[in-house]
Amino acid sequence: MNQKLTLPPDGLERLFEVLKERGFTVVGPTVREGAIVYDRLASPADLPRGITDEQDGGVYRLKPRADGALFGYVVGPQSWKRFLDPPVKRLWRAERDGADFKIVPEEPDQETFAFLGVRSCEIHAMAIQDRVFTGGEHKDPGYEARRRSAFIIAVQCTVAGGTCFCVSMNTGPRSESGFDIALTEIVDAERHLFVVEAGSPRGREILAALDTRPAEADEMAEAEKRIAKAAAQMGRTLDTEGVHDLLMQNPEHPRWGEVAGRCLSCANCTMVCPTCFCSTVEDVTDISGDHAERWQKQDSCFTMDFSYLHGGSVRASTRSRYRQWLTHKLATWIDQFGESGCTGCGRCITWCPVAIDLTEEVAAIRANPPAGAESIKKGKP
Amino acid sequence: MKTLEPILEEHPFFRNLEKCHLELVVGCAANVRFEAGQFIFREGEPADQFYLIRQGKVAIEISPPQGEPIIMQTLSEGEILGWSWLVPPYHWQFDAKAVELTRAITLDGKCLRKKCQEDHSLGYELLSRLVPIIGKSMEAARLQLLDVYGVKPRAS
Amino acid sequence: MIHPMVPEVRRIKRVYRENHNTVTLAVEAAEAAGPACLPGQFNMLYAFGVGEVPISLSGDPAEPGVQHHTIRDVGAVTRALTRLKRGDSVGVRGPFGSAWPIASCRGRDVVLIAGGIGIAPLRPAIYALLRERERYGEIALLYGARAREDLLFGEEMELWRGKYGVQARVTVDSAKWDWKGNVGVVTALLPRVRFDPAHAVAMICGPEVMMRFSVLELKNLGMEDRNIHVTLERNMKCAVGFCGHCQYGPTFICKDGPVFSFDRVRSIFGVREL
Repeated sequence: MNQKLTLPPDGLERLFEVLKERGFTVVGPTVREGAIVYDRLASPADLPRGITDEQDGGVYRLKPRADGALFGYVVGPQSWKRFLDPPVKRLWRAERDGADFKIVPEEPDQETFAFLGVRSCEIHAMAIQDRVFTGGEHKDPGYEARRRSAFIIAVQCTVAGGTCFCVSMNTGPRSESGFDIALTEIVDAERHLFVVEAGSPRGREILAALDTRPAEADEMAEAEKRIAKAAAQMGRTLDTEGVHDLLMQNPEHPRWGEVAGRCLSCANCTMVCPTCFCSTVEDVTDISGDHAERWQKQDSCFTMDFSYLHGGSVRASTRSRYRQWLTHKLATWIDQFGESGCTGCGRCITWCPVAIDLTEEVAAIRANPPAGAESIKKGKP
Repeated sequence: MKTLEPILEEHPFFRNLEKCHLELVVGCAANVRFEAGQFIFREGEPADQFYLIRQGKVAIEISPPQGEPIIMQTLSEGEILGWSWLVPPYHWQFDAKAVELTRAITLDGKCLRKKCQEDHSLGYELLSRLVPIIGKSMEAARLQLLDVYGVKPRAS
Repeated sequence: MIHPMVPEVRRIKRVYRENHNTVTLAVEAAEAAGPACLPGQFNMLYAFGVGEVPISLSGDPAEPGVQHHTIRDVGAVTRALTRLKRGDSVGVRGPFGSAWPIASCRGRDVVLIAGGIGIAPLRPAIYALLRERERYGEIALLYGARAREDLLFGEEMELWRGKYGVQARVTVDSAKWDWKGNVGVVTALLPRVRFDPAHAVAMICGPEVMMRFSVLELKNLGMEDRNIHVTLERNMKCAVGFCGHCQYGPTFICKDGPVFSFDRVRSIFGVREL
């Protein structure tokens, strides 16, 4: 049985030291340009102390909070995919050698990460991307190495954001597994501490090196209470019952045209989504023509080029591109990988410049089956 | 006397036609034969024949204002040639040329029209068989227009 | 472990000029012996400094030591590939993708419908069928192209006709007066070949529109969806399921396709812009 421990906030200093001693680069949340982003952290002083975020469709704003909490906010525009699957990477170089050429694969990056402050929805997002990059016949060795070596320090959400719906997607707010260590922050007038638990042998080993004590019953109860409060605070809900069939049976629903009238096809939703994995490749050559490189770059199904084929784009309309994105995320992802591609993190809602909300779009399609749909299905005139 | 009735009956166009109708139609029928390269009809000529191809191959050609004629369609054994005999003012819209030795039954258009006028059930029967072929041929022309096998340059 | 997006450099053993814009590159295979590919599969070919494209294998899958790729010059990469010469190097990844259902053709008639460059991915299936010709009933090959000058594999078609009794029929969309062959859509050839729709397997490869009307005609003749096989095409960057580009509804064309039995894609086949 996993014993829960208590760590004082200054215990994070020691955690950073221990992780660095073991060769990890600590990456975690920090404030930059008015948003909480994930970056390399030197010490716990880089964490966003006493800050929370207000989120809604097309709205993201940082605000102070009086209690000095270190994790008193939810997720920002970035996700851990920028470290596990970097948005721009060189795959190989090619060099001409007379009439011949040779290909030199890119050497894998040796940096190993400790991710601090990973939310439950994000742990699920990693598991979803694992299936894409390592779950099939072909595996991305770079991703696999980075993922396997990454040390995951989960933070249990004690507050939910205005666009959160992890409860609907069954991905949070509590991290049940997939972490090495999980922290629950308790902060009030009398105390500031973390209830911690290990989720792996590696996690236990790290915890053993920290200055912890067994958690008191009231501390554990308080931690549970705070997670339960977050679960009750979800800003959005999504009815997932039969959503696969609902979307697959409605490729011509008028709502797609309606949402296309608002969608700017800007690709923000795909860039902030922690599971969107699409990429493109670019070939570059130097001026001598003897050296060529192939780069892999993050791509989005919202661009025209994405579906380019024989002189035109297959998905030429915004309507078809939005339909592709949403139907993939919530329906065909299940066919492809056995689970939904959505974690309920709400980023696509928050960062949409025109506040398109997928939970609202699904509800609209569900509420208004196109006229005559039932009779068509039943073969009546 | 040997009539063309058994031959008509065998042709896919008239397959399972009722005996009474077949007897009406056979009165308008004659055997014809075209050598390779021979024109069967030319654009603008009066369209007073309907052909059931028994053997060979016929090319439907259109002549652009400049340049060589272009073949739009070929017709072979078991198919029919021409429906302009049914559409006023009864003039051929294209050239038809035998690509190889072609044998056909020709039905006199005026004769057919008259019999259809007198016997609407024959008229309905004939149109029921003709319209799907005309429809298919139009679909095919549209698909050919799409140039699906062509190389499209990348739009800039 | 090597990243599956890193090509191998291989040498071109021979170049066949097929017509005014199409060549076949015979590239040395990774292994000198053993089957080069399954009929229907494709490789990713990289032209140095220009880029990489998916190209269907078009040769005899049983021929050891070599892989054939029939390439039409339609863009920057295919142009670079069609200009390569014997002895030049090309980057190769593959083979990838699903195969034509050759085994399920045993004891049955086979109808192959090709449109344009779609004859190339079907050629390995023809080789595989003709290798054991006696196992199959009637074999009909219906091939539609734009015009006479675009036709491919003309001499071989004569051989298939003459030596193997393949009912090979060719049609073009338009022709000049001196063309003695057929003109019209490829499905117009269907009534002109013998096969039993109730006991036949159909394989179709060509532009999506052409496959749509071909499937329709085959179904009108009484063929069942599961016996009709089509190939689908989408933009493709990685061929290994990472890039997301080749998604077609619930499928990835690179790993679930390019060959699909029609019953698998029926529900999405007609959806526009999918």
